Amino acid sequence: MRYLPKSDSERREMLAVCGLQSAEELFAHLPEDVRFEAPLALPPGISEFEIVDYFHARSAENANGYASFLGAGVYAHYRPVMVDTVVSRGEFLTSYTPYQAEISQGTLTTIFEFQTMICQLTGMDVANASMYDGSTAVPEAALMAARITGRHRVLASRVVHPEYREVLRTYGRHGQLSIEEFGYLPDSGTLDLEDLERKIDNATGAVIVQSPNFFGIVEDIRSVAELAHKHGALLIVIFTEAVSLGILQPPVDADIVAGELQSFAIAPSYGGPYAGIIATKERFIRQMPGRLVGETTDSRGNRAFCLTLATREQHIRREKATSNICTNQALIALMATVFMSVYGKQGLRELAEQNLAKAHYLSSLLKPRFTGPFFNEFVASTNGRAPEEINQLLLKKKIIGGVALGKWYPELEHCVLLCATEMTRREHMDEVGRAFEPVPQAA
Amino acid sequence: MIAKVRSHITQNELLLFEQSSPGKKGYQLPPLDVPPVDAATVLGAANVRSEIDGFPEVSEVETIRHFTRLSTWNYAIDLGLYPLGSCTMKYNPRVNELVARLDGLAWAHPYQPEALAQGAMNIMARLEAALAEITGMDAVTLQPAAGAHGELTGILLIRALLEKRGNPRKKVLIPDSAHGTNPATAAIAGYSVENIRSNDCGSVDLAQLERIVDQDVAALMVTNPNTLGVFEANIKSIADILHKKGALLYMDGANMNALVGIAQPGRFGVDVMHLNLHKTFSTPHGGGGPGGGPVAVKKILEPFLPLPRLKHLRNRWTFDYKRPRSIGRVRAFYGNFGVIVRALAYILAHGGNGLRNATVDAVLNANYIRKKLEPHYDLPFKAPNMHEVVFSDDRQAKHGVRTGDIAKRLIDYGFHPYTVSFPLIVRGALMIEPTETEGKRELDLFADAMASIAQEVETDPELVRSAPHSTRISRVDEVTAARRPVLKWKPGTPSAKPAD
Repeated sequence: MRYLPKSDSERREMLAVCGLQSAEELFAHLPEDVRFEAPLALPPGISEFEIVDYFHARSAENANGYASFLGAGVYAHYRPVMVDTVVSRGEFLTSYTPYQAEISQGTLTTIFEFQTMICQLTGMDVANASMYDGSTAVPEAALMAARITGRHRVLASRVVHPEYREVLRTYGRHGQLSIEEFGYLPDSGTLDLEDLERKIDNATGAVIVQSPNFFGIVEDIRSVAELAHKHGALLIVIFTEAVSLGILQPPVDADIVAGELQSFAIAPSYGGPYAGIIATKERFIRQMPGRLVGETTDSRGNRAFCLTLATREQHIRREKATSNICTNQALIALMATVFMSVYGKQGLRELAEQNLAKAHYLSSLLKPRFTGPFFNEFVASTNGRAPEEINQLLLKKKIIGGVALGKWYPELEHCVLLCATEMTRREHMDEVGRAFEPVPQAA
Repeated sequence: MIAKVRSHITQNELLLFEQSSPGKKGYQLPPLDVPPVDAATVLGAANVRSEIDGFPEVSEVETIRHFTRLSTWNYAIDLGLYPLGSCTMKYNPRVNELVARLDGLAWAHPYQPEALAQGAMNIMARLEAALAEITGMDAVTLQPAAGAHGELTGILLIRALLEKRGNPRKKVLIPDSAHGTNPATAAIAGYSVENIRSNDCGSVDLAQLERIVDQDVAALMVTNPNTLGVFEANIKSIADILHKKGALLYMDGANMNALVGIAQPGRFGVDVMHLNLHKTFSTPHGGGGPGGGPVAVKKILEPFLPLPRLKHLRNRWTFDYKRPRSIGRVRAFYGNFGVIVRALAYILAHGGNGLRNATVDAVLNANYIRKKLEPHYDLPFKAPNMHEVVFSDDRQAKHGVRTGDIAKRLIDYGFHPYTVSFPLIVRGALMIEPTETEGKRELDLFADAMASIAQEVETDPELVRSAPHSTRISRVDEVTAARRPVLKWKPGTPSAKPAD
């Protein structure tokens, strides 16, 4: 087998060194009733050519050559060639968590740059080396807030991504968090501050909001922060569309920012792998989950980087750790780091401006359901038609329409969430505009 | 003496921020095909940010050089043996990278219509089935993002089942040889942790277990083979003791590379386990992620698996959300699909027999290393080992040299160190897992290096204590890093000079 580098004569030589006649003797100590003698019921191994062929066939069974207006937490942005060039280097791809600092400075330096850029983008003091994804960063942030405040009640906005809220509920199941939700305003699509005010109390440890929210609308972070802080709760701000940070005011009034970086040159890849982040204020560092890289020196006084503040983590603290998380998403975070370097200060702004312009052009062709300001996605009303009907029309033109919202928001049964990015073409938007036009009634 | 490497020049490199200059660009966007909008008008002036302070401005050439230079400061599997114990640092096949990047897979949106995602769903279903066969379990979820995330999923499943039976119970038992993620997971799932001591062979003590297991115990989390590389010979009896009292057996599959094709956890009493796709199934570690932590369960736990579940209906795949007893989602969407693709590519390449042969070679390599190093290092547990072997620094400590020093000296010989000071039940542990993808020559070079270091400890201990000597930076001051954390670059702060 091509992944096994030994010849049979080498195997025999090695067995002889071990004092064994056959490889089977290596397992002689296993209890007989545990050993599994039958061959695995899996087909024989195949060549590289056949593997490529197999996955080409599967790839062809998926959407190919479609224009798409899907967003809702996963965004189609252009991936600069540089990104895969860098992450394909074996030194990044095939290395382990950088515990051995002397031979891991490459990874450590890139993570330090990543942490710095996430702070610059979010306006927070510190950022960790990344989390699994945005959805799991949310309960981790909520648990962090509970540790800081000693309070376990969490109030989450209903316009936080529905699947993120489901993950939060799963983590809360065992009773460490009690999770309730507050509503949104039916006209603006922004969170309902008055509803929050009715529900918040002195047992509330965290208020969770998303901006731009699940409907794509920019929230007024400052007023939520004031309300949360008045009651001694922390404000957790979530983002799913990182490109928005190129143009939107950073959530500086938040205590914890948890987000998803998929937009930064991470392929949609049917839902993962992505990279989440948690960023926070300096005073909360020690309650933060996840890996952190710090600057220090070597014994000769050279600048060096290493993993630090590990006393928060599971391999040292075991059951008293801030989280059970062991890995970060180093390689995916590296994609985001390369993306941020390629676009830089001006590029990220220009990219955000293009997204803004495209989405607003699209909205000018449709009937936006809400009045709140939006970035690159928004909710459009179907004028009472079933979203499925419109999407079927679009599929015939090789266009995947927006996400129907009725599944999560029964009151928005006749609404669709549509996204436009720098990759969206005007001619496809015009098609969408036509598909939404009321069907002429037969005379 | 040092046969594998010789010194070579590496490039110095500043941080991106230190190379920035206003106006430098590494990008160009196409012209906008719609009218531009004024951000302040459509978003409200208060919502629009000023420029991102300190964000880099570098050119394309500088960017590629930056990351390429940094990459040369890393060690990697592609450069040689990476013998970290229980980490299973095996070769990462490159074809896996290619297939994960095919357009129809890499650009698949999780919300695209199921009719246009059949290829992706087919891949997931095929991996679920393969993992069920390999583990001997009844059902698999691919949703957890990594090993520790799989552990959490598994313990939540156990809690859900016990709740349904009327009492979620209070405690999870964990052997003292376990990975730190096990107790951390149990705590996050709302259980208190009771550590149980290993016996003289490094295994779970049956008599002690019999005494401890009562109506408060929800589960035992066991790693098998354990972190000494020793198979829990009494695993069936362990399962019986738990099951008799209504508790469940969780298996940490971190060491599954010792068992694939040889033994199926489903047949030795395990109720639920996780796998690490980035260990056993060759997906790249990438400097710390992404991973994949599928969870395999017996039938009794199947109704509780995370939403959604794949279902084959009328000749096509669909997602089933109508599962009222599910613990809910543990992650948005369906899991780390890109990692799932790579793991399946690995399984297809090996096939059933190939997977078993890989296990045999992995165990052979570990036993070979054991034989070669036994004359030089103390072997505290003598039981036969599987895919990894644990020595102690007992003999070297007498010369004032500890496992961490030996590890650093190994770097000078051109190798990544083994796992240092773990498992905790061995004082001064050297935990070595070579994996099956190492050839005889690389193993011999490693054994020679370890023997040579053992010699140096006796003749020149300071040489070892002050290692590494050949790296671009010398030993790193981790104490100061933790005492005065500097976690981001700040403009204008004169930091220490870059390494030269």
